[in-house]
Amino acid sequence: MDNLNNIKTILIEKPLKLDCGKTINNFPLAYETYGSLNEKKDNAILVCHALTGDQFVTGINPVTKKDGWWSYAVGPNKSIDTNKYFVICANVIGGCMGSFGPSHINPETQKIYGTDFPVITINDIVNAQVNLLDYFGIKKLFSVVGGSMGGMQVLQFVSNFPEKAKTAVPIACTSSHSAQNIAFNELGRQAITADHNWSDGKYSSNKTVPDKGLAVARMAAHITYLSKKGLQEKFGRKLQERDALKFGFDADFQIESYLRYQGSVFVDRFDANSYLYITRAMDYFDLVKQFDGNLSDAFKNSKVKFFVISFTSDWLYPTQENKDIVIALNAVGADVGFVEIDTDKGHDSFLLNVPDFLKTLKNFLDKSYIE
Amino acid sequence: MKTEYKIISDIIDKNSRVLDVGCDDGALMEYLKQNKDVDIRGIEISKEKVQTCISKGLTVLEGNAELDLKQFPNKSFDYVVLGQTLQAFVNPEIVIKELLRVGKKAIVTIPNFGHWKVRLNLLFKGTMPVTKALPNEWYNTPNIHMCTIKDFFKFSETIDFKIFKSLALINNNVSNINNSNLLTKNLFSELGIFLIEKSNEN
Repeated sequence: MDNLNNIKTILIEKPLKLDCGKTINNFPLAYETYGSLNEKKDNAILVCHALTGDQFVTGINPVTKKDGWWSYAVGPNKSIDTNKYFVICANVIGGCMGSFGPSHINPETQKIYGTDFPVITINDIVNAQVNLLDYFGIKKLFSVVGGSMGGMQVLQFVSNFPEKAKTAVPIACTSSHSAQNIAFNELGRQAITADHNWSDGKYSSNKTVPDKGLAVARMAAHITYLSKKGLQEKFGRKLQERDALKFGFDADFQIESYLRYQGSVFVDRFDANSYLYITRAMDYFDLVKQFDGNLSDAFKNSKVKFFVISFTSDWLYPTQENKDIVIALNAVGADVGFVEIDTDKGHDSFLLNVPDFLKTLKNFLDKSYIE
Repeated sequence: MKTEYKIISDIIDKNSRVLDVGCDDGALMEYLKQNKDVDIRGIEISKEKVQTCISKGLTVLEGNAELDLKQFPNKSFDYVVLGQTLQAFVNPEIVIKELLRVGKKAIVTIPNFGHWKVRLNLLFKGTMPVTKALPNEWYNTPNIHMCTIKDFFKFSETIDFKIFKSLALINNNVSNINNSNLLTKNLFSELGIFLIEKSNEN
């Protein structure tokens, strides 16, 4: 995380009142763009990233040197066609890729914020991001698109700013974070805070970090992003570089080795405190409650054209939770399409090469753009 | 079935709000959009067909009419169209009631099981009829509740809805069905097209 020179940021001077009651101002928001904004400024798509994503949507991420998290979907001639559209993505506040987050230095103490950083919400994240529209002089986005926590931001965005988007594509998400999902997030947070190196969040990112705890959090979460069938087909009971069980606790099975690898690469690119803050923002997300139990009120009189997408094997944000969004939209006569994509790839389907999904997303965007 | 589309389109007012239940690949939706400038939505059970509709720029929901019409408020559409699918539902009665709740009016088309070819097929062959309009065998047909035009008239009395318009399609020619010609139309029409509305309201 040292290589932060390639990061573009805007400084948000305007005070932002957070849901927790605190106000922040003069804070950085890191972003990246792809494609070019046309003269009419009507071809912009705001992409919202998920829990462990960042602003480097596609191409090679200059910090991690790996492919961007949505390389399958975003790029020239892809679903979100950067020959046609101007794609903007911001690192969420609370994150660790340049936006204001818990690894920043608190000017009052000259130490990292750690857990002194204010608890942020999806609403706060969205309210920070909207500043990018002003920065680029965009009155109305052509679309706001995102999966998982990105989908929650999509819903919050169109609820907060119904006039600022022509279309919206929430993917594999929910309007109200479920008990099961809060439970999984809590498991991850407990793994981090139980790591001795976490030191009440006061670790410094260049010394000892709670990498064991963060790796376990990632491993547990990673399981929830896949499906039982997908795991069984990919790994089954295959052994890892050995012919027989070793009667010990090394990684005998390929799935164990795979998870350990996923955990180890994650700690190199992600900050443990950011993981705490962002999972908390997801847990606090309840658009239904924000509108006193009636989700439809979040979209009342909305002129936005919605397209909701879910995946058959996603048990983390199952189809029914996505359908609840569709039902709420139909109840107020909103323009909403919906499809459930058939795939074994679980919640992660939106990030992977799932041709039906990629094609459908492209068709929706390209057809809506010429309307 | 372009003639069927034209008949449906002729019934529908310009710029109205329409829901096409069981919209298939969206062909009727496109036709109505072009000809009547309607604000149209579709609901379709097949994932592949929903994806086809999306590729045509149509607003379509993947769903089952028997379960998913519930989400629409009363009279949220001017017209709800049900094209040749009533016979495929487990409970056609509930579907018709839902159509009449969601739409101010409903347009229902049915393949006529009273057509003479169907009757002859059963009479002479002694097997379940397989015709051009009904190409499936009894064991693999999606049509589990076939009815005739006459049955549909009786149905309107039983579950109490008004038939405003009833049209017969015979060799691509359209004609009106009324009480005096019902028996002949029931024998010669391949398709019945009905504009219906709830009885207790105007």
